[in-house]
Amino acid sequence: MMTLSEVEEVSGYIGNFKVRVRRKARFVDVKECNACDKCAEVCPVVVPDEFQHGFSSRKAAYIPHPQAVPSAYVIDMVQCLGNNPIACAKCVEACEKKCIDLNMQDEIVELDVGTIIVATGMGVYDPTPLDEYGYTRFPNVVTSMEFERLICGSGPTNGHLVRPSDQQTPKRIGFIQCVGSRTENRGNPYCSNVCCMNTVKDSLLIKEHYPNTEIYVFYMDIRAFGKGFEDLFRRSKEEGVHYIRGLPGEITEDPATGNLILKVENTTAARVEEYELDMVVLSLGLEPAEDLSKLAGILNLSLSSDGFVMESHPKLKPVDAPTPGIYFAGCVEAPKDVKDSVTQAGAAAARSSIILNAGTITSEAIKAVVELDKCTSCGVCVKVCPYKAINVDVKAKTGAQIVAAACAGCGTCAAECKFDAITMQHFTDEQILAQIDAALEQEPEEKTLAFLCNWCSYGGGDLAGTSRFKYPPNNRFIRTMCSGRVDEKFILHAFEKGAPIVLLSGCHIGDCHYIDANHWTKRRAEKLWARLEKLGIRPERLQLEWISSAEGARFARIMRELEEMRQKVTPEEIEHTKKALAEYRLSKKKSKEEEETPEPQPEPA
Amino acid sequence: MAEEELRIGVFVCDCGLNIAATVDTDEVRSYAESLPDVVVAVRNKYTCADPGQEEIKKYIHEHRLNRVVVASCSPRLHEPTFRQCVTEAGLNPYLMEMANIREHCSWVHGDNEELATQKAKDAVKMAVARARFLFPGHEARIPVTDAALVIGGGVAGIQAALDLADSGHQVYLVEKEATIGGIMAQLDKTFPTMDCSI
Repeated sequence: MMTLSEVEEVSGYIGNFKVRVRRKARFVDVKECNACDKCAEVCPVVVPDEFQHGFSSRKAAYIPHPQAVPSAYVIDMVQCLGNNPIACAKCVEACEKKCIDLNMQDEIVELDVGTIIVATGMGVYDPTPLDEYGYTRFPNVVTSMEFERLICGSGPTNGHLVRPSDQQTPKRIGFIQCVGSRTENRGNPYCSNVCCMNTVKDSLLIKEHYPNTEIYVFYMDIRAFGKGFEDLFRRSKEEGVHYIRGLPGEITEDPATGNLILKVENTTAARVEEYELDMVVLSLGLEPAEDLSKLAGILNLSLSSDGFVMESHPKLKPVDAPTPGIYFAGCVEAPKDVKDSVTQAGAAAARSSIILNAGTITSEAIKAVVELDKCTSCGVCVKVCPYKAINVDVKAKTGAQIVAAACAGCGTCAAECKFDAITMQHFTDEQILAQIDAALEQEPEEKTLAFLCNWCSYGGGDLAGTSRFKYPPNNRFIRTMCSGRVDEKFILHAFEKGAPIVLLSGCHIGDCHYIDANHWTKRRAEKLWARLEKLGIRPERLQLEWISSAEGARFARIMRELEEMRQKVTPEEIEHTKKALAEYRLSKKKSKEEEETPEPQPEPA
Repeated sequence: MAEEELRIGVFVCDCGLNIAATVDTDEVRSYAESLPDVVVAVRNKYTCADPGQEEIKKYIHEHRLNRVVVASCSPRLHEPTFRQCVTEAGLNPYLMEMANIREHCSWVHGDNEELATQKAKDAVKMAVARARFLFPGHEARIPVTDAALVIGGGVAGIQAALDLADSGHQVYLVEKEATIGGIMAQLDKTFPTMDCSI
């Protein structure tokens, strides 16, 4: 177990991931610390306690909460006065076990693992922008997370429920549901899954401790769909909790009492009502954790439109990431309650065990192979390989050597090799050219030809299908593992065969399943645009789009846009293209026979 | 392999009505039969179901097929299924090719049956053209490091880490805060049983 630690870099593939973890300095030796609290007693720095949502304070030397694991103190170095030990260092003197070291440094740990489970949880919606509810303006408007601390036995008030303005026990409490959920404007469009039941639970907790409290729950729907949920909801109603259908439009405060006046349209009774309450709890929705996109970048994960991680298949592989060997558990995948988190965690562990128990895995027979008699040892393939799987001795000219175990099969080397010396197994030039010919043999002018990468764009097309997002049928698709495989000759061949529009599509930059192979796709497209322009061919006829596997709607929209473009390509334009490209091909063939050495290749951006 | 005579079998799937409601699968089937090196083309109600797979195996044997094209759903869904199927019939799994006439065709072109059928025919034609150049692939076995990384020490991460450790695997649990427990540790009681969160 590594606390205060963050994953900084992940490389490798299923069965053989290499992970770099930064273990941040705790400034306390976890093994020696016996949580005696002496360091905190002498620490002069007092700051709000995050765990208690600022309702109480802690020191810079502190333990997050009494049941923390590991049960050890930590020095908050941002607040500490003593990273120059002369300045303070009272804690160092007070510690009998001598386990505080203010000069402790971060540590980098390298791990080798076969599988990865992502269980980074969620964030909670911040209701401050919702002016009408007055959160932060009115002290007695609190969030559901703050309420948890106020009612908790280990909370700042030892479980005595009081309201913040005057520390009196509230007699009339309102809960407002769907704060930040199910809204198109301020907040998130989806249902956060847990807030209804959390409020039902909170209402019962209040009734248990303070049976005479009047409780009003303002809601649009109560979603009590899980096992035992409806029973709990019924109990809450039986205890006298009032459920009022309608979300309040405004809360105002009586400055004399600190009480809250709440106006709401009761849609069951069909009238506008006003309630005077001692405290209002905002039932907050959940949202993706703030730093999820950073982790998604490190692990090559896609995010769905709601910002949570995208599964390999929403129904059939709900705990698998699209990248083999990575699994999801808990709210990182979608908002869910404790039971569903535990269930999903078990599933992720079981999925992970399948790989770990197997001992070996098979890797697809999609590897690059060098034909040494064609190879000139120019070294271009070595530069473009994202996996450093190719070695070549440029001086000795002994030909490129591919390390099959390290080759992931993107095919960028085969696309970039000027001498056609690299064969990409299962995605060979012959196979792909045959597909292009077949697609464009009849009525090519009617068809947009699209090259889709397996992981993102093809998946985006699949999602468009499962979602039934309609688009025009005038397109033909060719799947490659990576957009990096799409050789410029495929694109020129398609145009020469009469394709009006060609789409080159891959994962978004930064999300490439082959590290950064799509940088070469981009570079190649840019080169091709320049070339097409020189040949008098409109460069826009080659389109480059990054479509993720989560972007089904966008896939369909792009297909509709391409169809509009296709209809504008004239027969004369296509004829001119065919001719220009045939001439270009012949001249290139001729110059190739004369020229031996290729141009040097710049590094990708 | 280059010397061997190509014998391609094409299996066109109705997928119940998922494909057949939009694409004229019988037309696709007869069109497939006209393509070069196609020895036989068959239409199934559900190619992925046992009877469909048995039919593929039967035709491989009876017609000495050395390439198989399945026109059905996305290879991202059923490529492993049909690779396994042809392997069981003695064919190398890399000699099977799929044409996606469901996700990329019938499900998105329901409003244009004629052009959807045309697109499906082209998809089969492209798959057959590609199949003619397929060659057997041999998968390498790669050792697996028997260890797992769990990122996040909330209830889900803790549970996953414990399950994996109890199954005898080395687990690294990485948590960014100073304590594990996550957001759940900040809750008082949890529904539906009203017990403590910690």
